[in-house]
Amino acid sequence: MRARRTLPALLLTPAGTITLVAFLLPMAWLARLSLSRASGGVLIDDVALTNYVRFFSDRFYLGVLWRSVWIAAGVAVLSILASYPIALFLFRSRSRWRGVLAVLVIAPLLVSSVVRTFGWMIILGDRGWINGMLAMTGLITAPVRLMNTVWGVLIGLTEIMMPTTTLALLAGFSRLDATLEEAARSLGAAPWRCFLRVTLPLTMPGIIVAGLVTFVLSISSFVTPSLLGGGRVQVLASTIYEEALETLDWPFAAAVSVILVLVFGLTLLGYERMARRWQ
Amino acid sequence: MSPWFRLLVGVLLLFLLAPLIVVLLTSFSNDSFLAFPPQNWGFAGYRALLANEAFRRGFGVSIVLGLAVTGISLVCGTAAAYAIARLRVPGAGTLLALFTAPLLLPGIILGLGLLLVFARLGWLATWPGLMIGHCLVTLPYVIRVVLTSLRGIDATLEEAAASLGAAPVRVFRRVTLPLMLPGITAAAALSFLASFDEVVISLFLVGPRLTTLPIEVFHTIQYRADPQISALSVVLIALTAGLVVVVERSLGFLRALGR
Repeated sequence: MRARRTLPALLLTPAGTITLVAFLLPMAWLARLSLSRASGGVLIDDVALTNYVRFFSDRFYLGVLWRSVWIAAGVAVLSILASYPIALFLFRSRSRWRGVLAVLVIAPLLVSSVVRTFGWMIILGDRGWINGMLAMTGLITAPVRLMNTVWGVLIGLTEIMMPTTTLALLAGFSRLDATLEEAARSLGAAPWRCFLRVTLPLTMPGIIVAGLVTFVLSISSFVTPSLLGGGRVQVLASTIYEEALETLDWPFAAAVSVILVLVFGLTLLGYERMARRWQ
Repeated sequence: MSPWFRLLVGVLLLFLLAPLIVVLLTSFSNDSFLAFPPQNWGFAGYRALLANEAFRRGFGVSIVLGLAVTGISLVCGTAAAYAIARLRVPGAGTLLALFTAPLLLPGIILGLGLLLVFARLGWLATWPGLMIGHCLVTLPYVIRVVLTSLRGIDATLEEAAASLGAAPVRVFRRVTLPLMLPGITAAAALSFLASFDEVVISLFLVGPRLTTLPIEVFHTIQYRADPQISALSVVLIALTAGLVVVVERSLGFLRALGR
């Protein structure tokens, strides 16, 4: 009887200790510190909303918040548009290449985001592949600025998110039944009409989940926006990084983190409402 | 499916693979700066990579760190997953949610939290600090993957062994563990990759004396784009591909990712 009690505790303690030291403690400390303030490099233990007031009363930080939200929303839309055909193909295909294709689509997920972003830096740069090709065709005389702009971040982040979006879409395609589409077609519906009236509504749950996952991952991503934005595209994640490691205002960085988590929470709440409507 | 649809899928796939293709092509460039079109071809990138002391040191740190973190996560994660799946632990669902919660939060917030606490403990830019920080990410992966594989194992096999008189430890060693092995292998590969590629959390924990390879690359490409980085990227892609094959062979790629 004693062994039955001690064995689970013995097995769970190591993982529990790591979770406590590396997760629960830091998160609690972060929330607490967001209520303190730093003054001239000195930490003042305080319990006040100073940092939050500063964030929401400064146009610069409100701009950062707004930019983060719309970049993440834009990436979610673009990534769904780009991944939907691929997911549909993977779902329907009976070809023997399907497995190879699936690995090609998903494997980039495991390749370091630094490596993939570096690829985009070569493509998007002023003397990069896009500008080089456009210049060769004579379409442009001066390079189109893509690096260090919001557009570059949108393009790169969309590609980075595609494998995740595709997986989320596929997971939501379970209700899609080929016989329903065949029925619509045999009853005389044109292909586009069949898509709009049958395929799209049936895949809507997948689209909503994919939108949520992509939005949440995009708004929390740091590597791609900071490399492709080159410090000129400030988002919440890059603000946290700069305040923590360059300005060394840890309480403010903690407050921005809490705000990012709040954006997460609001998104999840909105998602639940939407999901209920489509049930 | 119409040919137009196939063409569309092909174009989108090309977009998805574009950065990897470009990196592969430019790794064989001999230009000092990666502009389009590449002028000279050769192996200068790979030669420069072999001579780069900072990258070599970072590579060593990342490999050792990845192995150590994977070892720790496998032991702690497998034990926790076994307890959750097989022993009737009260509140198992809550525990699982707690263990995997770090995967839901942005790495930048996890990193900042670690920085705040480790600064007080004096663990910044130390091996223990980096290891615990990486475990934060790898442990949830291991628990999830091992749990998935445990749930796929028929518990009646273990009950049969026990009813035939095998002691619990023997049942675990001779029945459960061998059946868990594919899951553990997949978890090990994913955990190593997660640690080896980790950037955001590491950014908060490294220092001039102790830096991982992804951090070296992250700081380098902010200032220059040369074939050396492309060559390094190809090496990293090859390493990833190798580990993906391990995962596919052991547990199946999609299953390991939880879909």
